[in-house]
Amino acid sequence: MSANRLSHRASRHVKERIIESILFLAALVSVATTLGIVYILVKESVVFFNQVPLWDFLTDTQWTPLFDDAHFGIIVLLSGTLVSSGVALAVAIPLGTLIAIYLSEFASARAREFAKPVLELLSGVPTIIYGYFALLFLTPLLQKLIPGLPGFNLLSAGIVMGIMIVPYVASISEDAMRAVPMSLREGSYAMGATRLQTALKVVFPGALSGVAAAYILGISRAVGETMILAVAAGMQPNLTWNPTESAATITAFIVQVALGDLPHGSVGYQTIFAAGLTLMLLTLVFNVLGHVMRRRFREQY
Amino acid sequence: MARMARKDIGEIRGIIARAKRLDVIFGVVGVLALGLGLLTFATLFVDMALDGYSRLTPDFFTEFPSRHAERAGILSAWVGTTLVMLVTACVAVPLSVAAGIYLEEYAPRNWITDIIEINIANLAGVPSIIYGLLALGLFVYEFNLGQSILTAGLTLALLILPVVIVATREAIRSIPSHIREGAYALGATKWQVVQHHILPYSMGGIMTGVIIGMARAIGETAPIITIGALTFIAFLPASPVTGTFPFLSFEWLQSPFTVMPIQIFNWTSRPDPNFHANAAAAGFVLVLMTLIMNGLAIWLRYRIRRNIKW
Repeated sequence: MSANRLSHRASRHVKERIIESILFLAALVSVATTLGIVYILVKESVVFFNQVPLWDFLTDTQWTPLFDDAHFGIIVLLSGTLVSSGVALAVAIPLGTLIAIYLSEFASARAREFAKPVLELLSGVPTIIYGYFALLFLTPLLQKLIPGLPGFNLLSAGIVMGIMIVPYVASISEDAMRAVPMSLREGSYAMGATRLQTALKVVFPGALSGVAAAYILGISRAVGETMILAVAAGMQPNLTWNPTESAATITAFIVQVALGDLPHGSVGYQTIFAAGLTLMLLTLVFNVLGHVMRRRFREQY
Repeated sequence: MARMARKDIGEIRGIIARAKRLDVIFGVVGVLALGLGLLTFATLFVDMALDGYSRLTPDFFTEFPSRHAERAGILSAWVGTTLVMLVTACVAVPLSVAAGIYLEEYAPRNWITDIIEINIANLAGVPSIIYGLLALGLFVYEFNLGQSILTAGLTLALLILPVVIVATREAIRSIPSHIREGAYALGATKWQVVQHHILPYSMGGIMTGVIIGMARAIGETAPIITIGALTFIAFLPASPVTGTFPFLSFEWLQSPFTVMPIQIFNWTSRPDPNFHANAAAAGFVLVLMTLIMNGLAIWLRYRIRRNIKW
């Protein structure tokens, strides 16, 4: 009887260990994903950089990887990415910050309860839908305001992209502002400050690193955004800093190549991995910076 | 002296009045900013509905894509989306719930756990198109899974892992520790505690995360284009249910496919405005689907927050 119970306990112990191992393996899948991404990007990029010198990649001012006279100047794609992200931020930062201050300092609890889920719904809209909106609604509208605006342009794509990241920027900024202790606000009110004065001179500076993190994570979103740009900004590589022109971004180029039929192992095929690696490094820098700042504001108080 | 004080008071009153006016003005500006966001969304929704209204007939859902805009439908797209989502759910849900349970209930405080946690936070910020490159290099060419429903499902599953893991962890973390302690005191093993207490109590929160993750996966376009999904599919994958024993077939996993967002992309990029109406109609259906899913998740979370009192 007692031996039976002991063996029962032993088998129970073994079962527990097996379950724990399975759960651990599931948790490791995410690490494996990262390793897989790094492995694939680096592996194909190494082959690519054996044929295209890194120096040319960074300094050439033409991007024609699929032509006979192939040039691989990533700066061309980078310019499209940076201009469209710039436009997006010019929309998202003011709007997102205003909404965050309003929700955190002005809105009643009921208004906030209503607005937050709606913002969340907004951020759930698929990006292809925003692409449709940019190309077939906003661009014709802008063409009336700016004569000569081409059908594909960075401006309209950037604006819509900005609207897309507003909920994201607003919600992280609002979290940061709400983390500012009530006692600071009460101190300010006790001195006779209005809500606006308190918001601008006490809460906003107090939450600055968190708000900055929201901006940086917003940039990272904009840089990695694909479909809006592929649909509305055209896919012609164009070294430009003018948002009213059409240009390809890193992401749009990858889509363009993927839509065609490139043989596995060709230079054209490897190009998208080199472009992907560039994009990955770019967003990684912004993400790490954003997370560091976010953590800093969390520990501040 | 008295006159000066009165003048000062007047000045101070002026300052106060100005500050109060600014305060009110900002309140209005804030409402306008919020309204602008909502208005954009309403415009988007109404614009799509108006553009696509004439195409939203029952035939639209039962026809294959076609060279003639008026005869084209989204049959292969919605079937493809359904099947891809099925694969994604089957892979992502068990994996991320298991990972969430491990990190909350089992993980020791050491560097391995730290790496896993930092890694999940970083994965959430990786652009979706990078997942497409991963799938193209790894699933399509190294594992030879082809440009199939299985590849697409696995890719989207990896993409939504961080979302569901984070939601699972939050749901588990909100369970107070006295529940666990009570169960341990009665001699339950760790797994028994998880199975009988942690999982049932966190189910609502986990479901919320799963729905939000699926809503995100359903609209993802970039990674699926990158693996090379075809944009013109005029046939359906093999049926998962067959008439003969064993009644289930997994042939559809290897089938080429298209999904709703890709169909929309294809129709939007055509110059012919007749196809734009199709894109609008399909877009309207897709937005409605994601809205319903996200709405359901938000409602579920609201209900959980209200009903649970530990």
